[in-house]
Amino acid sequence: MRIRLEKRLTPSRFMLVATPVASVLLTMLLGAIIFELLGFDGLDAIYQTFITPIVAPYKWVDVLTKAAPLIIIALGLSLGNQAKIWNIGAEGQYVIGALTGAGVAFALPDKPAFIAIPVMIAAGILGGMAWAAVPALLKTRFHVSEVLSTLMLVYVAMQVLNYLIGGPWKDPNGHNFPQTPPFTPAQTLPNVIPGTVVPPGFVVAIALTLIFWLLQARSVYGFSVRTVGAAPSAARYGGFDASRTVWSTLMISGGMAGLAGILEAMSQLGQINLGFPSGYGFTAIIVSFLGRLHPIGVFLAGLILAVTYVGGQVAQTVVHVPEATAGIFQATMLFFILASDILVRYRLRIVRDAPRAAGAGAPA
Amino acid sequence: MTLDFIIDAIVTVIGVTTPILLAATGELIVEKSGVLNLGVEGMMLVGAVTGFAVTLNSGDALGDWAPWVGVVAAAVAGAASSMLFAFLVLTLASNHVATGLALAIFGIGLSSLVGAGYVGMVIPPFNQVFPDWLATDPIGRVVFGYSPLVYFALIMVFAVGWFMNRTRAGLILRAVGENDISAHSIGYPVIAIRYAAVAFGGALAGIGGSYFSMVITPMWAEQMTAGRGWIALALVVFSGWRAGRLLVGAYFFGILMTLELYAKASGYSFLPSQFWAAMPYIMAVAVLAVMSARGVTGSEAPACLGRPFMPNS
Repeated sequence: MRIRLEKRLTPSRFMLVATPVASVLLTMLLGAIIFELLGFDGLDAIYQTFITPIVAPYKWVDVLTKAAPLIIIALGLSLGNQAKIWNIGAEGQYVIGALTGAGVAFALPDKPAFIAIPVMIAAGILGGMAWAAVPALLKTRFHVSEVLSTLMLVYVAMQVLNYLIGGPWKDPNGHNFPQTPPFTPAQTLPNVIPGTVVPPGFVVAIALTLIFWLLQARSVYGFSVRTVGAAPSAARYGGFDASRTVWSTLMISGGMAGLAGILEAMSQLGQINLGFPSGYGFTAIIVSFLGRLHPIGVFLAGLILAVTYVGGQVAQTVVHVPEATAGIFQATMLFFILASDILVRYRLRIVRDAPRAAGAGAPA
Repeated sequence: MTLDFIIDAIVTVIGVTTPILLAATGELIVEKSGVLNLGVEGMMLVGAVTGFAVTLNSGDALGDWAPWVGVVAAAVAGAASSMLFAFLVLTLASNHVATGLALAIFGIGLSSLVGAGYVGMVIPPFNQVFPDWLATDPIGRVVFGYSPLVYFALIMVFAVGWFMNRTRAGLILRAVGENDISAHSIGYPVIAIRYAAVAFGGALAGIGGSYFSMVITPMWAEQMTAGRGWIALALVVFSGWRAGRLLVGAYFFGILMTLELYAKASGYSFLPSQFWAAMPYIMAVAVLAVMSARGVTGSEAPACLGRPFMPNS
């Protein structure tokens, strides 16, 4: 008896939905076992990481706050990933978006909120797009792999940030810390839904989820992106231009990362400091895959990853697990989701080993 | 410019080049077999923390031999972590890019978790193997004044170049990377060969990582490889998948990184120090553009690079 793989004609819809759920559950199980072996209270560690942020209402704002940038960035990345355009430098575009938005704020100090806020957001989006335009140009002009070029630019973006907040944009009243001056109240995002604590970035994330769902499921553009990824030669035959897809997906994902960056700076920190790059751009890649590149899936996956961020901090203080734990959980989740991909594309069939003579007659 | 200064500079360049040279040499074999493993940064960090921890803990029992054991342990740890990637990509035919990233994130997290208890501790640096009269001679140290890992890295580049171009096994490895279906159909075990290539790449990345925690600064710090794993990946593209050019490219990047160190140390620079820190990455992008534009790399990349392969379907 052995297991044979049969290719499915179409991906299994059941497996598409079931495997991410199973990945999360398996990560919890594995995590509990590993923590137990490391000498921590395994069950409690898992409870604090995955459940506490959901059942404790005072953690909800934290979860939504962390989910917002993850969802916004991952929506953009998912579009590119469908076309097999790998933007893994969203972290850099996130940083540059925040910086360009902040630059506009410092250049226009006395504008009222209804001018300052839209201009800063627009500048943030444009900054992220500009940073992603370099890999797009290199890819379409010189055939440079976007995987490496987007990533290299993350490190360049970090140095741009270090330079600006330690030099030209350094806060004169900041006790010599490398940080920008705070934004004025007119440059800070108010809570969009009055009377609640729902973070404004999360409201944007909800709206964008719907927009991306329409774009992917209901537009010719969404179809063309999928076709370029799944069948490049068919796409060419059908008149979908590959380099236009490279440009559009990188501009959209770069713009989304820049938007997430400036929203985070305007609503959470109120300034930009050394701690600003917090790895959202990298975690969003996991969100994109855990959400199966589908906007609704990305939305849910963003919430789950946000839970692990918040819960990781809880587990740190309650069960005293080290800080790095959340990163390991996130990577494990991605491993499981990628490993389970095979179940979506293939059918497992258990076959009995037939006697040799009979087997010879069967078609291969 | 004095002779001392020049010798200092050469010694520094060779020092900072060694880890990326090791990791890139390993990745060269991996990519030649048709596999794209983006997890180099993670494997280097796993190697760095393992090499440090083993050296520290075995110092009492093994004495002078402890760092040698530490390096071997780093290689084993790097290879072991690469097997996670290999199982997903080779046995389960998952996406190379995403799985490699997962390995990078995993390695960063795992090394921080394991290393948390070692922050602030120091081991004797794993330097100089030749006797003092050779290694500290003002001029002799250009040749004899390095860690054994420096010589190992150079030997590995030449060994890999020889293996790929002059041996039958190397020819088979290249065949697997150029056309996996043909190689499979004439009976070569494509998946097994790729497993071996990935393990080799993981081992060299692990040793490259250990150079940070055992030679450069003989202690552990989170994410101490600081993105050099990604530079190693760019280096493989830069080399056009050839060992000779890999060596040249590695020293080119080594010189850039040394400029950064000198610009910081001298405190005198007409450009901000952040510019020099960003320089290797800017140059990596520029070099990729120039190489690809001349059509040099496009034709030389292994034809099956990064393509999932499923033999029985």
